[in-house]
Amino acid sequence: MEINTTHYKRCVVVKSVGRIDSYTAPELEEVLKKQIDDGIFKIVLDMEEVDFMSSKGWWVLIETQKACKRYNRGELVLTGVQDRIRDSLNLVGMGSYFKIFDDVVSGVGHF
Amino acid sequence: MVTETFPGRFESLAVIRKFVFQAASDAGFDEKDIYAVELAVDEACANIIEHAYGGEDVGEIECTCNDLIDGLEIIIKDDGEPFDPSTVVPPDFSVELEDVKPRGAGLFLIRNMMDDVDFVFSKKDGNILRMVKRRKE
Repeated sequence: MEINTTHYKRCVVVKSVGRIDSYTAPELEEVLKKQIDDGIFKIVLDMEEVDFMSSKGWWVLIETQKACKRYNRGELVLTGVQDRIRDSLNLVGMGSYFKIFDDVVSGVGHF
Repeated sequence: MVTETFPGRFESLAVIRKFVFQAASDAGFDEKDIYAVELAVDEACANIIEHAYGGEDVGEIECTCNDLIDGLEIIIKDDGEPFDPSTVVPPDFSVELEDVKPRGAGLFLIRNMMDDVDFVFSKKDGNILRMVKRRKE
């Protein structure tokens, strides 16, 4: 899996490419945790090129969201989520914990 | 009918998904249903590695795909610890974010992605998960 981070004035964009499962989720977890450790709590996760995500990946996002939202210091938002991933996210009921934007520009604009 | 055996490690998940992707494609399912099958099988195998085997490289996972008249049957076998699916509490996502507990989503997804889901546990044959995705009318 490929993960790139781009720092903007008000937030960071983390772009993940490929498939997020129990094997690759720890890589994403490490990158997101580094942002938190560096004091960055406004995060845009660009999922346009993520074509598979299992529940292991969602738990990483839930834990990141908990850390970001603590003390009202920020938020993790998702962008470009493919329909089938969004469907399974909503099916389980996890979708309510995230704002989802169509594209990165809208996600960055949120902050 | 096609059967393959995979090492019980997380790295195998992508290969197992590819295996069932091919079977579901050959069986004529659309993209949405193929994804549902891939997701259900991924969750099932991740649970086997994490819970039945309690870690990576403890045992193997045998996966069989069977093209039925009305759907695709997938049978997944392992030799790990049996479990009682009725004891798995479904995840509760109506609670505040801070109170969300990371468990139970895999089984919940499997049951929702597939039409039939049966677990059989025997000392002789190990744990057997039989799932069917039905073809749309």
